[in-house]
Amino acid sequence: MLVILAVVVAGFYVFRDNRETIYVFNWGDYIDESVISRFEKETGIKVVYDVFSTNEDMYVKIQAGGSSYDVAFPSDYMIKRMIDEDMLEKINFDNVPNYKYVDERFKDLDFDPNNEYSVPYFWGTVGILYNTAMVDEEVDSWDILWDKKYEKQILMLDSQRDSIGVALLKLGYSLNTKDIAQLEEAGELLKQQKPLVLAYVVDEVKDKMVAGEAALAVVWSGDAVQGMAENENLAYAIPKSGTNMWVDSMVIPKGAKNKEGAEKFINFMLSTEIAYLNTKHVMYSTPHTEAKKMLDEWILNNPAAYPSDEALENTETFQALGDVLREYDRIWTEVKAR
Amino acid sequence: MKKATLSPYILWSSLFIIVPLLLVVYYSVTIETPEGIELSLENFKKFFEPIYLKVLWRSIILALISTVICLILGYPAALILAGKSFKRSNTLIMLFMLPMWMNFLLRTYAWLTLLEKNGLVNMIFQAIGLQPLNILYTETAVILGMVYNFLPFMVLPIYSVVSKIDRSIIEAAEDLGANSLIVFLRIILPLSIPGVVSGITMVFMPAVTTFVISRLLGGGQFMLIGNLIEQQFLFVGDWGFGSAISVVMILVILVSIGFMSRFENEEQGGRLW
Repeated sequence: MLVILAVVVAGFYVFRDNRETIYVFNWGDYIDESVISRFEKETGIKVVYDVFSTNEDMYVKIQAGGSSYDVAFPSDYMIKRMIDEDMLEKINFDNVPNYKYVDERFKDLDFDPNNEYSVPYFWGTVGILYNTAMVDEEVDSWDILWDKKYEKQILMLDSQRDSIGVALLKLGYSLNTKDIAQLEEAGELLKQQKPLVLAYVVDEVKDKMVAGEAALAVVWSGDAVQGMAENENLAYAIPKSGTNMWVDSMVIPKGAKNKEGAEKFINFMLSTEIAYLNTKHVMYSTPHTEAKKMLDEWILNNPAAYPSDEALENTETFQALGDVLREYDRIWTEVKAR
Repeated sequence: MKKATLSPYILWSSLFIIVPLLLVVYYSVTIETPEGIELSLENFKKFFEPIYLKVLWRSIILALISTVICLILGYPAALILAGKSFKRSNTLIMLFMLPMWMNFLLRTYAWLTLLEKNGLVNMIFQAIGLQPLNILYTETAVILGMVYNFLPFMVLPIYSVVSKIDRSIIEAAEDLGANSLIVFLRIILPLSIPGVVSGITMVFMPAVTTFVISRLLGGGQFMLIGNLIEQQFLFVGDWGFGSAISVVMILVILVSIGFMSRFENEEQGGRLW
């Protein structure tokens, strides 16, 4: 036993990779993969790349420790929560000169008022992606997701805040309400809706809509743009009563082992060429002023990717909720366990 | 000498089985309060709320249905495989094992595409003039996924027991005038019970705790106990409650194994593992 152990340990020492390394934790399918190898080639820093599928998923993994990530990509409300819980490092912006390319509109937002912890990566809205071959009325309200006509043709997001958020918006309440009665009401609404819902999904939603498996789906705008590029019958609508506008940003979690490497990576992601490659690939809306100018006409004119200021007028960003989050979890479990 | 050869196993199982189990129990009976960590049964109390009991109940029912279907499909299959007349049984066993070489997740994803509204199954159905089948994202799809994935666990233990039955016993029965029905009822069936018991246990256990099948084929609509545990650990971060559910599950499984082992015949070592 000891001999085997000794050989194994020795093996680790001999073959251990001595290169500088950073650990990156991003959403699934949220980068042009070639960018990673280019970063490795240009800087000599090795990238270990992991993915997650919801903010909560990411938060729990980082909080549990064990794996120390150098760069993560949470959304607005989660950044606020992580700042409040002292989970983020302040970024040294002297090492991120390309920050100058970020549109002023996405600086100093509520969740990071002095812009010390986060650098915007992509932004977007939540809306309804629908198949015009199956839906021939105008889609401009969340109410259509409760229309019995579309029984078993509706896809909802398997994400607590987004789905409960849709119900809150339909009821005319704030996305950030802490009023338990209002949340209960939203929960009831989702329970009523459940018989009409085909499935609660996250990553599969785009493929299902492209394949014509459902008529209506609640999606993040980037998935809508990708879907519309693959199936011309698809269209995207932001309901008139308003929706959620979100920003995903790059942050450095506390406990990062290579903060300078992380800053190099963030700066690299903000260089015009790389930002353009990423935007072209994931099709979400970029806050990068120069990369946006390089985009094709069709995507710039797509209201899902770059909605008019008018459409964004009613939008609300998610705020951190603190303890009320437990209520979200209970309500969502009740909806799904029904 | 005996002690020395045993010690690596003891070390291994205490490190990777006993310690984690103790940790699960520890998390399940403690809660974090502002004053520190406190001993409490709060987590278990929470589990006995109707909504969570409903999840447990649904998991057990779905797992039972899948186990019964696996038994109905698997028992005759095992008999056929073990039958002497069947020369190609090795090839057939291979065919049963072959899908298991592929990743479980991939096989479940494959069903996702097969069962789609515009998927392969419906395309074939429509081509031969049948009604399209809309079972994706229903309980039927979840049960189908469980039966498909766990059927080999039923067939193989029964097969290994039945193929070990001494042929001369059957011949003796036939000499004494028993027809094939009597041979089956009085000889093969009783002797195959240990295999059936381990088959049932081996199908029921993974079926009752699965979370991938219900998520993918059930479209997130059928929350099972496995999903509930996963959600506590990965999304909510409530390790205490997640551990409490796990402890309840361990108890459920222990009770069912204890119940099943009463039917097991000690002398027939028919377990596959």
